[in-house]
Amino acid sequence: MTRILCALALILTATFARAEVAIQQITTPGGIDAWLVEEHSIPFTALEIRIRGGASLDAPGKRGAVNLMVATLEEGAGDMDARAFAAAREALAASYGFDVYDDSFSVSARFLTENRDEAVALLRLALTEPRFDQDAIDRVRGQVLSIIASDAKTPNRIASQTLYAAAFGDHPYGSSLNGTEQSVQALTRDDILAAHRAVLTRDRVYVSAVGDIDATELAALIDDLLGDLPADGPPLPARATFGLAGGLTVVDFPTPQSVALFAHSGIKRDDEDFFAAYILNHIFGSGGFESRLMQEVREKRGLTYGIATYLVPRDHAELVIGSVASGNDAIAQAIEVIRAEWARMAESGVTAEELATAKTYLTGEYPLRFDGNGEIADIMVGMQMIGLPPDYVIHRNDYIEAVTLADVNRVAGALLQPEALHFVVVGQPSGLDAAQ
Amino acid sequence: MLRASVLSLALLIAAPVAQADTVSTFTLDNGMEVVVIEDHRAPVVVHMVWYRIGSADEPVGASGVAHFLEHLLFKGTETLAPGEFSATVAANGGDDNAFTSFDYTAYFQRIAADRLDIMMRMESDRMKNLLLLDEDIATERQVIIEERNQRVENNPGALAREQIRAAQYLNHRYGVPIIGWMHEMEELSREDAVGFYDLYYSPNNAILIVAGDVQPDDVLALAQTHYGVIPAEPALPDRLRPAEPPQRAERRLIYEDPRVSQPYVSRSYLAPERDSGAQETAAALVYLAEILGGSSATSVLGSALTYDTQTAVYAGAGYDGLSLDSTTFTLSVAPAEGVSLQQAEDAMDAAIAGFLEAGPDPDQLDRIRTQLRASEIYARDNVEGLARSYGAALTSGLTVQDVQDWPAVLQAVTAADIMAAAAQVLDRNQAVTAWVLASREELTQ
Repeated sequence: MTRILCALALILTATFARAEVAIQQITTPGGIDAWLVEEHSIPFTALEIRIRGGASLDAPGKRGAVNLMVATLEEGAGDMDARAFAAAREALAASYGFDVYDDSFSVSARFLTENRDEAVALLRLALTEPRFDQDAIDRVRGQVLSIIASDAKTPNRIASQTLYAAAFGDHPYGSSLNGTEQSVQALTRDDILAAHRAVLTRDRVYVSAVGDIDATELAALIDDLLGDLPADGPPLPARATFGLAGGLTVVDFPTPQSVALFAHSGIKRDDEDFFAAYILNHIFGSGGFESRLMQEVREKRGLTYGIATYLVPRDHAELVIGSVASGNDAIAQAIEVIRAEWARMAESGVTAEELATAKTYLTGEYPLRFDGNGEIADIMVGMQMIGLPPDYVIHRNDYIEAVTLADVNRVAGALLQPEALHFVVVGQPSGLDAAQ
Repeated sequence: MLRASVLSLALLIAAPVAQADTVSTFTLDNGMEVVVIEDHRAPVVVHMVWYRIGSADEPVGASGVAHFLEHLLFKGTETLAPGEFSATVAANGGDDNAFTSFDYTAYFQRIAADRLDIMMRMESDRMKNLLLLDEDIATERQVIIEERNQRVENNPGALAREQIRAAQYLNHRYGVPIIGWMHEMEELSREDAVGFYDLYYSPNNAILIVAGDVQPDDVLALAQTHYGVIPAEPALPDRLRPAEPPQRAERRLIYEDPRVSQPYVSRSYLAPERDSGAQETAAALVYLAEILGGSSATSVLGSALTYDTQTAVYAGAGYDGLSLDSTTFTLSVAPAEGVSLQQAEDAMDAAIAGFLEAGPDPDQLDRIRTQLRASEIYARDNVEGLARSYGAALTSGLTVQDVQDWPAVLQAVTAADIMAAAAQVLDRNQAVTAWVLASREELTQ
């Protein structure tokens, strides 16, 4: 029996918009929790699955194994080789997106009501009985190696790999989940099988669905799809420390525009000051036109096309990171402005007017996110992963409204550390001294 | 990421269509077209104004002015201070942006449905009352130069595409990049922008598209209040562009850039676009692109070059029929380690020749037909995408009827139609073949 734990009819009330999202929490007969929103007006279902762990579960010396495994999932399953599997999926007009991140493995599936059973059966084969034929592994390996080689010549990639390596060292966060040419070349079929066994487990799974399906149907679907996965997997990695001191690293790369990333340690998602930090970041570097960094670096000085900062609370570490790109002769000035703005914000904080404007935007924008089956499914699975209850969507704007000017400015002083900010610049910048 | 994106990439599969029963159309007395797409699932509206003016309509020597003007529309008007437009959208909890392509320039906001009135008031205001200051011009010109740096100068693939397009079009402005050539962007002036603005930003050159939780009659009433009062521009010129002459010679080029890590072969053929009342050839070309290179596993090129043999790490084909004038049909192959570009191109040509002899596999044809039908269902989940597909169609010479006929036209395509379209388009005398690589020295190794 499907146990429907609670069916909440949530009215999202924002300053300007009201959206009704009726989230049902279910537990399948097999014991898997899931969230569902029924939406029967379009005959398809969006299904989102996340499994915590992802590329952080690469075994020692096997960097890239999880990524290669995930990329090979669709390359044949059961008695179908890669092409037969693709033909079967195309005939159903279903889509299965498999992806891997530092902390999770994800499946984003879309299938029509008219052939839902067949579409789910095919997806089940890919998840539970992938063939990992040697020729398929080698074909995908070639694609991954091509990506690794491209990354080595792409300024943004060079910058992020340099920054994360310096900040996190040997922790999985310190290297690209693609692996290196050497590590990927060395991966065997046994490594891929081991990665599959480690990553696709039931104990760390999160599921959401939105669309033309009811709770009983979804429960049966989930048990069918995931019930045969192993119960648990290897332990997750330990916490990582942001180990990079303030300063500047220049990576010489012949290209006309310099790309810069800048970062220091950040704030946890479950910190009680997270909402204050979130509002602070919006005002400072949301990337929208009203943000301080856009005003100072782009609008007033024309030094870039875009600049933004982000709070990145990962499972095992947190950082504040920003990015900007400016011509080689303009990047030094851009960095000077960013450093000054960082210090000004840490010292003086935001104004009451900036806070009020940010709250109006953030509370007004929130309901607009719930405007499609795929979007709602994605939001719901993300909420589950960070431990939020379904009624968070009702209260979220209250949390924003409750933040005071004193909160934001206290957090600005604590979170933003101008002297800890480290810039990684890739290009041929003029007027920058890496020794500074 | 940010305002003022430059659209140039092809849609991979058919543009989606809203079901006819959710779409209403009107024309205001001043000639402005109005399209309303209803979707009442969420209290959201997308408000868009599309101008039938793009980079391919620019005067010679002022490449990039359409896109530059798009940026400048976020400066002030007689009643709005610079930046106040976006600030007002944000203060109402919405997002706004704009984009420029060869055939259109479009502005949009996504916001709570009850804010539509404010959006229309501001958007209609900047259709006529833009106020450009010299200091805005100088700073924003630097911004678009940095945008070109980011999108093109720092990206060898984008630089290669510019060279390919320039070689593809002998006479048409599609050969000039949307964002402009750098040396002309550096010279863009206030007069260039204002001249373009005064002539083309007019209701009789614009299409209003409102999609989301709205009632058509309410939208019409608001549109009449805000846009209906703007006089039509009597001097609006006909949209005449230089046509391509017959293309009689194959063009080949090598683009060399040390920043290229994965070399590739790209072939671009001149191809017919979707025309009003005559979309059949374009529909057949949608199938042809899918058959040759749509699915990495089951397409002709993917199958032959990455499965039957290990010639390539990637092989694909692309076609976008939404274009006012002749478009392109493209093939591309990235050779596997140890395979030369010549070998990759030969393998590509051999696979195409094999297809032209054998014709489409009926099972593959059925699968593509099914996927095109399903794409119409999936597309209904994204009302902004539907709004964009109408905007792109109506600025590319098509009508609402053409948009709504398109799914049926696609479903009716036969194997014979596909082969006829292939015979027409796959003509090397109308094609550009490019090799993109880090160094010519690779060719002699």
